[in-house]
Amino acid sequence: MKDFRYLEGVATLVLNEEKCIGCGECEIVCPHGVFILDNKKAAVIDKDGCMECGACALNCPVSAIEVTPGVGCAAYIIQTWVKRKDSTACGGGAVCC
Amino acid sequence: MNENSCCGTKNSVGPTGLQIQPFSSKQADDEVCCGTPAGPPSSPYEKPGYQIVRFVDGFMDMDSGLVPKVNTHLSLFDIAGSIMTRVGVNRNRYKISPGLYGIGNPTPDSPVLVTANYKLSFDTVRKELSGINAWLLVLDTHGINVWCAAGKGTFGTQELVKQVEASGLKQIVNHRKLVVPQLGATGISAHQVKKQCEFKVIWGPVRAADIGEFLNHDMKASVGMRRVTFSLPERLVLIPVEIYIGFKPVLLTMFLLFLLSGIGSDFFSFKNAWERGLIGISSLVGGVIAGAVLTPVFLQNLPGRAFSIKGAVAGIVTAIVVVLWYWKDTIWLETIGLMLFVITISSYLAMNFTGSTPFTSPTGVEKEMRKAIPLQAFALIVAAISWIGAGFL
Ligand code: SF4
Ligand code: SF4
Repeated sequence: MKDFRYLEGVATLVLNEEKCIGCGECEIVCPHGVFILDNKKAAVIDKDGCMECGACALNCPVSAIEVTPGVGCAAYIIQTWVKRKDSTACGGGAVCC
Repeated sequence: MNENSCCGTKNSVGPTGLQIQPFSSKQADDEVCCGTPAGPPSSPYEKPGYQIVRFVDGFMDMDSGLVPKVNTHLSLFDIAGSIMTRVGVNRNRYKISPGLYGIGNPTPDSPVLVTANYKLSFDTVRKELSGINAWLLVLDTHGINVWCAAGKGTFGTQELVKQVEASGLKQIVNHRKLVVPQLGATGISAHQVKKQCEFKVIWGPVRAADIGEFLNHDMKASVGMRRVTFSLPERLVLIPVEIYIGFKPVLLTMFLLFLLSGIGSDFFSFKNAWERGLIGISSLVGGVIAGAVLTPVFLQNLPGRAFSIKGAVAGIVTAIVVVLWYWKDTIWLETIGLMLFVITISSYLAMNFTGSTPFTSPTGVEKEMRKAIPLQAFALIVAAISWIGAGFL
């Protein structure tokens, strides 16, 4: 999103261009336009726009993308600090958790 | 969920083409028995223990079973339900039964759209589909919207494949395409779906409002339809829920404020607890407004990237107002306490708003929290000490 930017230089997104077969799926699913398909290869054009939702990695047919997916939600992260990860449940806002 | 056989509503659940005859052809002149005329007779589709929901207009008899036909207008009940959900009442129970539904007069060629069984998602989609013939495949996301459910994996590959099989979709449509909202891509893997049930996932637009245009343009989405937005209206609808969630902790804090305000050189003074407590509570309300209302509204204008900083800035402005308001009733030590208190509450609540935005990364939020929480805790302790200390002066 161009009008809203969050912290820079933190996203865990990594693209392995060697593996990429240029299917274009990552460019379609990313809601922040992080990828562009250039000359039959995906390229990361806005890494700081990545919110680590994991859609691109899940939909890359050759596993050329790696990202640590999760929800960027403070209430949720506090719960993961105090409880075991699998017993956490989001209870917050309407957009997410 | 809601019975349709009650007075007043039209007998909308009769099977297509079948005209249900009224029980008596002549209305009794003297309605001795009861004041209101009887409602329509029960639909042949009703079963003991089940109720036909309001948005179902009838059923299609398919080889694989009955498919309910859904109407596309939102009734007062739907709108009231949406409002209740938005303000936080009945959030967790607002769901519909998963499975296949028909919209308009769908044929084997009609598109299949996938959505979540959160009633708000379902309502938005069916409203946008008015005038369109389509199938709607509703996944069991436990009453959570597509975006959140996808993050949790309930709006996921397994559930989609399961519903495709359970609904007998392969016998109902003659194509092999599913339109899945793009934000569902966090939980659904298109190539896995194709492998497991032959259906090709076509990524639909992010917003339901674009569905009509998307379908009219040969299922092609423009770049704008592919990007999430976070406009002012989108932020405003989140505010009531933010406040609702904070309600219990706020009440608890109010109680604590009364206690802290009473402590002083007379050991405990009820007069002070009341008078100073009210000042404390006004500051708390100020902090909540700054963090949960002003920060979301002015998100773009507030300086800083980290939400805790944006919240702190909104808090400073609010704190100045609060301090000036109580200028005559407070001493310098109390002023310090109030300032820090308002700023901390605002900063903390703003940080929690990250969970409601569609652009904050978990790595970023965690980084911000590791810096902000110790500072917030420190500020809160100093605020409490100043406030209690002032009671002894
Ligand atoms: S993780 Fe999500 S936001 Fe980040 S690049 Fe992939 S699809 Fe885009
Ligand atoms: S989804 Fe994977 S293979 Fe397809 S373009 Fe993106 S990186 Fe390349």
